[in-house]
Amino acid sequence: MTVLRLPIFKQILNFFILLLISITELGVADVYDELDISGNIAIQLRGFTQNSMWLDQNTSDIESSVSGEWEIRWRSKSNDQRMSFIPFARWDENDKKRSHFDFREAYWAYQNKDVELLLGLNKVFWGVAESVHLVDIINQTDLVENINQEEKLGQPMIRLAFQEDYGLLSLYLLPYFRERSFPGSDGRFRGETVINADNAKYQSSSKRKHIDFAIRYSHYFGDVDLGLYYFNGTNRDPRLSMDGNNSELLLNYDQIEQIGLDLQYTYSSWLWKLESFIRDGYADSIFAGVAGFEYTFYQIFDGASDIGILFEYQHDDRSSAESITTADNDFFFGSRWTSNNMNDGSILVGVVLDKKTSETFYSIEAKTRLKENFLLSLELKAITNSELGEPNFPQSRDDYLEIQISHFF
Amino acid sequence: MNINSHTPLKNIFCIGIFLLLQLNFLYAQAESHSEKGYKIAARSDRSDRGFSDSEVEMTMILRNSAGKQASRTLQFKTLEIPDESVGDKGLILFRTPKDIEGTALLSHAKILESDDQWLYLPALKRVKRISSRNKSGPFVGSEFAFEDFTASELNKFSYKYLREENCGKLICDVIERTPLYDNSGYKKQISWVDNSIYQLRKIEFYDRKGSLLKELILDDYRVYDQKYWRPHKLKMNNIQTKKSSDLIYDEYKFNLGLTESDFVKGRLSGLR
Repeated sequence: MTVLRLPIFKQILNFFILLLISITELGVADVYDELDISGNIAIQLRGFTQNSMWLDQNTSDIESSVSGEWEIRWRSKSNDQRMSFIPFARWDENDKKRSHFDFREAYWAYQNKDVELLLGLNKVFWGVAESVHLVDIINQTDLVENINQEEKLGQPMIRLAFQEDYGLLSLYLLPYFRERSFPGSDGRFRGETVINADNAKYQSSSKRKHIDFAIRYSHYFGDVDLGLYYFNGTNRDPRLSMDGNNSELLLNYDQIEQIGLDLQYTYSSWLWKLESFIRDGYADSIFAGVAGFEYTFYQIFDGASDIGILFEYQHDDRSSAESITTADNDFFFGSRWTSNNMNDGSILVGVVLDKKTSETFYSIEAKTRLKENFLLSLELKAITNSELGEPNFPQSRDDYLEIQISHFF
Repeated sequence: MNINSHTPLKNIFCIGIFLLLQLNFLYAQAESHSEKGYKIAARSDRSDRGFSDSEVEMTMILRNSAGKQASRTLQFKTLEIPDESVGDKGLILFRTPKDIEGTALLSHAKILESDDQWLYLPALKRVKRISSRNKSGPFVGSEFAFEDFTASELNKFSYKYLREENCGKLICDVIERTPLYDNSGYKKQISWVDNSIYQLRKIEFYDRKGSLLKELILDDYRVYDQKYWRPHKLKMNNIQTKKSSDLIYDEYKFNLGLTESDFVKGRLSGLR
């Protein structure tokens, strides 16, 4: 839990303690009216189907881990101010780097009819696609949580958003950069050479303190939802390079400019999706896109459940000098089943197939509510047809089945 | 002879006139039945209009045929759009079960076309435009379909007056209503509207094949501002699956000063 010692966390913690104290002084009864505390604790077991590939990796087939997340929310009586405070922690049996702590959110916000001002750590999601989240750029990926890149670290920000008739216009100032979390030497999901995440190289001389900037417009026009943004700042996606002795992989965080677009056309049972960006940064400019559809058959066999079929094509023209992507020329086929009953069960099955190399990535995510406050989730991730030199090869023996039981309070 | 030769023609003529009159009468009767049905529905619908906005907390209790029970709590916000050719705007915020707390559903209802709907998923902080084709499917696992919530809009149906009959201690007009909007799960509905405070007391839902599917009892009507009647207990019984769902409403709040900007997708991430 060394992360706790970082000055920014200390400052944020102090700020919130002060705020909470000052609210408390206004009167305890008032506070309890508006203070909402919830959260979850989860036990996770991962069973790996193959022995680990690299030296020093933990050899046990089963990895257990415990996580907890608390959500403390406050809202003013006048309803125009709110605070959110979401600490998250995980302890992992094998990988020291996976045992970590973060504030997913720790912000104060003011909002009136047309304007919102938000200060602090927050999480923001942009995009429409299922198989890859191309345009989502504000938050850094908490990679040790899940290789699906859907878990994110809280991003310090000042956000000013204007809700107008013509749509939502949001301005972001991002004053502090969060580095991606990577597995340690004990952990799975790594390459032969361990990444030295503590010694990252920055293109900007202000390093983590470079002030990133983004502006985004989003709205809908009839059946079409559109998001368009410009980002200028530190690339969330690090480029890897060897250090002088070839003993460690170094992370390089370059300065980039990026324009991103997300588009969805919703018609009848069809969702047509497109995400795309143009990035200017380290080497040549990169064009990447993902496009596809989701079609849902509702109330199949006259029952309650629905089945959706998904298809997406991923394209990325970056050179090998850039950060690594697996979504360069791949097809995604998926299916989503939702039970629509009192347990809210769902299963998402997906296969990503690389058109050129035939590398194939399988994923199953399923969940169901067990009792009022307990959720059971199952996850399977597997890689086949991966050859030496292909992007998924280093992790190709890290196939796993995960069982998680979460208790919500 | 003369008479004989004219008789068939005359007879045909007479029959023709008679048939025309008969048709006309039947048509007029049908017209008056649909007009009467519409009037009763309109009186019922309009007696609740003019509230501008409302907010209510509710508990939903789901029961399956084996008697297993589960509950959900949610908040409903409504922004009234006075124009009857446009639907109201609605925002549903889930409070429990805790694992879906903060999930929100925003809908901009339309009368005959599909509604615009967005779903907010708090774990990813993701706003998803969703297909509203599925208005007849179960809403959060309940026996209520999404269309059962928005279907109070007057012009979503054509109406036919059936009869008057006792309903409990009251006297009700019985009206058949046929959905005019796309993708309804129902062929028709039979509704009971009382003639003292003009509120819906019971609805029978007939599936697309025309068989009785569900029965809804609306109960515990309370009046707000001496004008707006709202039922506080709804019980939906699925006749075919033997499952049932109850909706129990807390006290309504009206006139909170909600505006269009409270019902936009950009606001979904800041609801809690």
